[in-house]
Amino acid sequence: MDLSTAYDALGADLQATLSLWLIVLGGLIVIVWDAFRERDALIPVFAGLILVGAIVWDLFQLTAEPATAFYGLIRTGGFAAFVNLLLEVSALCTIVLSVPYLKRIGKDYAEVYGLVLFAVSGMMLLGAANNLVTIFVGLETMSICLYIMAGLVREDEGGIESALKYFLLGAFSTGFFLYGIALLFGSTGSMYLAEIGHAASTSTSAMYWSGVGLLLVGFLFKVSAVPFHMWTPDVYQGAPTTLTGFMSTASKAAAFASLILVLFYAVPYEKWTLAVAVIATITMVLGNLVALSQRNVKRMLAYSSIAHAGYVLVGIVAGSAEGYAGALYYLLVYTLMNIGAFGVLALMEWDNESGRTQSLDSLAGMGYTRPFIGVAMGVFMFSLSGFPPFGGFLGKYAVFAPAIKAGYTWLVVVGVIASMVSAYYYLRVLYVLWMKDSTDPAAMSNDKRVALTVPASSTAVIGFCAVLLLVFGVYPEFLQMAVDFFSPSAVSIAP
Amino acid sequence: MLQTFFPLFLQLLMAGGLALTLLLGAKYLGPKRPNLIKRQVYESGMDPVGSAHQRYSVKFYLVAMIFIVFDVEVVFLYPWAVTFKDFIAAGSGLGVLAVILPFIAILAIGLLYDIKKGGLDFDS
Amino acid sequence: MNIDSLVLLAIALPLMGAAFNGLVGLFAPGYRSNKTLIGTLGTLCVAIPFAIGVLLFIQFDHDAHITRAFTWMSAGDFTADFGYRVDQLSLLMMLIVTGVGALIHIYSIGYMRDDPGFWKFFAYLNLFIFAMLNLVLGDNLLVLFLGWEGVGLCSYLLIGFWFTDLKNSEAANKAFIVNRIGDFAFLLAMFILFKDLGSLDFDVILAGGASLAPATINWVVFLLFIGATGKSAQIPLFVWLPDAMAGPTPVSALIHAATMVTSGLYLLARMSSLVLLAPGVMTFIAIIGALTAIMAATIAITQNDIKRVLAYSTVSQLGFMFMAAGVGAFFVAIFHVMTHAFFKGCLFLGSGSVIHGMHEVEHQLEEEGHEVHLDPQDMRTMGGLRKYMPATSITYLISTLAIAGFPLMSGFFSKDEILFKAFEYGYSGNGYAWFVWVVGIITALLTAFYMMRSYVLTFRGKERWPNADRIHPHESPASMTGPLWALAVLAIVGGFLGLPGVIAHGDLNWIHHWLGAPYGGPVAEAVVAEHEASFIVVEWILLILGGVIALVGLGYAWRVYNRDGIEFDQKLAIDFRGLYTTWANKYYWDEGYDKAVVKPVLGLARRVMDPFDRYIVDGLVNGLGSMVRAFSSLFKYLQTGVVQNYAVAILFGVVLLLGLIIFG
Repeated sequence: MDLSTAYDALGADLQATLSLWLIVLGGLIVIVWDAFRERDALIPVFAGLILVGAIVWDLFQLTAEPATAFYGLIRTGGFAAFVNLLLEVSALCTIVLSVPYLKRIGKDYAEVYGLVLFAVSGMMLLGAANNLVTIFVGLETMSICLYIMAGLVREDEGGIESALKYFLLGAFSTGFFLYGIALLFGSTGSMYLAEIGHAASTSTSAMYWSGVGLLLVGFLFKVSAVPFHMWTPDVYQGAPTTLTGFMSTASKAAAFASLILVLFYAVPYEKWTLAVAVIATITMVLGNLVALSQRNVKRMLAYSSIAHAGYVLVGIVAGSAEGYAGALYYLLVYTLMNIGAFGVLALMEWDNESGRTQSLDSLAGMGYTRPFIGVAMGVFMFSLSGFPPFGGFLGKYAVFAPAIKAGYTWLVVVGVIASMVSAYYYLRVLYVLWMKDSTDPAAMSNDKRVALTVPASSTAVIGFCAVLLLVFGVYPEFLQMAVDFFSPSAVSIAP
Repeated sequence: MLQTFFPLFLQLLMAGGLALTLLLGAKYLGPKRPNLIKRQVYESGMDPVGSAHQRYSVKFYLVAMIFIVFDVEVVFLYPWAVTFKDFIAAGSGLGVLAVILPFIAILAIGLLYDIKKGGLDFDS
Repeated sequence: MNIDSLVLLAIALPLMGAAFNGLVGLFAPGYRSNKTLIGTLGTLCVAIPFAIGVLLFIQFDHDAHITRAFTWMSAGDFTADFGYRVDQLSLLMMLIVTGVGALIHIYSIGYMRDDPGFWKFFAYLNLFIFAMLNLVLGDNLLVLFLGWEGVGLCSYLLIGFWFTDLKNSEAANKAFIVNRIGDFAFLLAMFILFKDLGSLDFDVILAGGASLAPATINWVVFLLFIGATGKSAQIPLFVWLPDAMAGPTPVSALIHAATMVTSGLYLLARMSSLVLLAPGVMTFIAIIGALTAIMAATIAITQNDIKRVLAYSTVSQLGFMFMAAGVGAFFVAIFHVMTHAFFKGCLFLGSGSVIHGMHEVEHQLEEEGHEVHLDPQDMRTMGGLRKYMPATSITYLISTLAIAGFPLMSGFFSKDEILFKAFEYGYSGNGYAWFVWVVGIITALLTAFYMMRSYVLTFRGKERWPNADRIHPHESPASMTGPLWALAVLAIVGGFLGLPGVIAHGDLNWIHHWLGAPYGGPVAEAVVAEHEASFIVVEWILLILGGVIALVGLGYAWRVYNRDGIEFDQKLAIDFRGLYTTWANKYYWDEGYDKAVVKPVLGLARRVMDPFDRYIVDGLVNGLGSMVRAFSSLFKYLQTGVVQNYAVAILFGVVLLLGLIIFG
């Protein structure tokens, strides 16, 4: 047996997916490093450098032609690089924000950084998958890391509860997901997305559509769409705050990217749209409505992240290149604003219970004592509620406009009304930060608040997110780039 | 069509038969000296009656889980090992060996981590 | 560096200066006391763009250069580029804005030194320069409008700079609200243009303007002019400018004399080929300009506040510029914009120097324990300052002569050119231009009179403040007198850029050759009848007439105010009786607006809108709000916290999803 061509192909494949392997290797080194020198302060630095290296690599890959690697199991090229960049930036921000935060709550295990790297590698597999098995492997790699992160604070009953709930329900939804894969394989005879799509383009059966439905259940659970969202508030509230930011952005982005690939390559348009539109509607409505009556900011942001999944689904419902690109772009700005918002919350947290017991009023008047993060929070909140000239506005435009073009005007009307409602609770955060007197009893009950320090590294990350949001708000270059991923020419090259 | 599944059917038969044989053999051939503890339902060492809310050491589960993880992963080596001979014959044995080494290395790293972190330290 | 990056750098620098001084000052209170650093940074961020302007000016080769920074937004057919245009007109405006701006920045270092808001002041000034550069360099109406609104905002911030005084905030509000009316008209004009032409680029508008229906052109030009009356303080929207003097004096010099208030003229000059297509509206523009000029000039005679005299003088001079625009001589309007920037900037800075000195007097009086309230801006308490502030006095006199049109000074050339153009246009068969010309002559006389009045009252005669034998002011520091001298020199020689037609048949009129469309420039002009050779005699007569009028006005004021001092105002009041009262009360514009607009609107608000708002709108909104929140609390109970219920919800979702997909 001659393997020389196989080695050449292997080399090329490894190169095309270099950032993935860099991150996996980094994670392994972190684990060994920690085993020998526990809680070494250089470990997060190393993990951060690994991510920086991966980011640089993927920046060059943005303009690469779409192709596949490892016998068609995984996609490479622009789309994958875009998703990878999003995930890596989210992870890098999380690591920088986590170092001082975890030290403060006394949970500065170095394994966390290994877990982040492993989770990112899983997400990268998921977001670039070209085969159902790749999707499943990526999904599970990611999920297991996230389960552990959610339960990082073992002594805290809220943390344990959230981790257990996440794990149980995650396992439950994975079951549906696997059934979906089995049914799709059974009805089309292939695990490759393009081949499934090819088989489905001629004829589809009830078995095929059941498979699609069950697959959707798995994805919708991961992106926390209603009614698969129940775990979200509990988990987001119980997990360490900076890691919540990571869970709410990167894992959603990866799951959405994978969902987009599946719908784009493997499922004919039209038949699934009504179902997704209905899910999007109840997600936007319920997410925003329940967020209104939350007293705890983390929980409120959890419902807000449910609502934002609804907005992204609106772009997906459109089913056009612009719609998918809009969804990707939305995920990009959403990642920046949510990472930033959770970063700010982490800085303002003093209850030693991951912010679980801190009400909104406990932040009263903090805008004046910490003007920089107060202003940054303003940017995030305005952007989340979709005010121009911030990225959130352009993101909403990018998902709503294609939906109108596709004839889903009613869905967009619901979306716009829902975001109007959302302005109420986002702006209330600013009201409390800037206009409420800091002598409020909820704020003064603990003098730990006064001792809070703001490390320069956190300030830098938060400022970076805020500035990028402004840039994306006026400079929609990335949106056009995302549209090109789905252009007919790009699709024709792709496997 | 169905003939292709015949070996599978045979294995199912054997698995069921073996289980049945062992259970029946134990029931009819083994000596019986029942006492209270022996007559309890088997729950991996737990007291099956009484409150479920009680503390117990997780060490046993930990070791068991680690065993399963490595056990399953070692299973992956079998298909590789079967074809390895053919590759050696074709003269590309080293290359194929190089492919499996990262897999084993990752498993080894896991084990190393486990040992260093005291995962196998039953007493502590 | 190529032109594109130079232009972008010139525009970006003031913004960076504003951001740096503003943000660092905001977040690092310790930085605020580094006044030299703040002032130097602020000045450099305007001086470097000026240098860039000079460089561009030297390199300029008669073709407009367009710099596309980036596409701001595109929606459907609509695209808005951040494009900048370097041509003769915008270059000239850029040089005025940054040149005069840099001088005033230097001046402010001295003038504002003791103000705790020093850092803020420089941040605002730089922001203003940034907005103004967008206004004059923008390549489409949208960027121009962005700058237009930006300078309005800065004007608001700077008028209300000392906002702790309620009067100042009210003045700022007034300026802002009155300007909004003009801005609204401007916006309407933009909508119409966009609807009919599909673009707001100057090239498209000016090329496609001729193809529009006459009624459309009339509307567009009329609305643009209304927009201009807001910014450039013309009847009926001029009322904000005198009140705007509440701001620090460098602001009055920079924004409310030299640059921002002339942006209306810039707009008309930029749109000149479109304006020429609407002769009816041009008549209207000329008459409004003439009426504003004479009205403001008469009011200026009666004012005692040194800055208010200058403010009304500015309104009057702006009227002159609109007269020029109304007779189709746009390049002359821009010429006057330029000379006016020099001498009015110098006058305002001179008044600032005087106020600076009078503040010193006030402080000394307070230290001596006198319970006097001395208004440092009131000319009635000044007099004789020539002795104590020689540099201020000389530069103020030079600028007074210049604005009055003293022969061979800059105002002489620019004002006479306006009068001549009016005459020439009337001569070509446009009756209204005669009216404009006559009003212009009278206003020129009045201008010479009231400006000399302000000089004599301030700098000559006896000192009129208390204890003048012991207490007196001192000359301002060099950072303030330096810019005064620079501007005074410009006020003398600036006029040579536009030598009149009698000299070498106008071939030495540089500004005409630079801007005028006949010579390839961007500013169009009205066609006038060919005149016979003997017309040059008329031109000479007009030129001499202009000089004589200036000398008469100046000389008469010099004589009577030196003789009678402040008492001469009483004589004027008696001689002109009712008329004088009307002038002193500013023709009752403010009272009229109060009765006709403010009171009825407030009454409507109080009696009708307030109940409507409170009960119907609020009721509706609050009702909706409570309804939403009620729903919210309802849904909240779905979240039980029990994991089995969560799983049931997932099952429900599975059924829903499969049902919709398979049967939907």
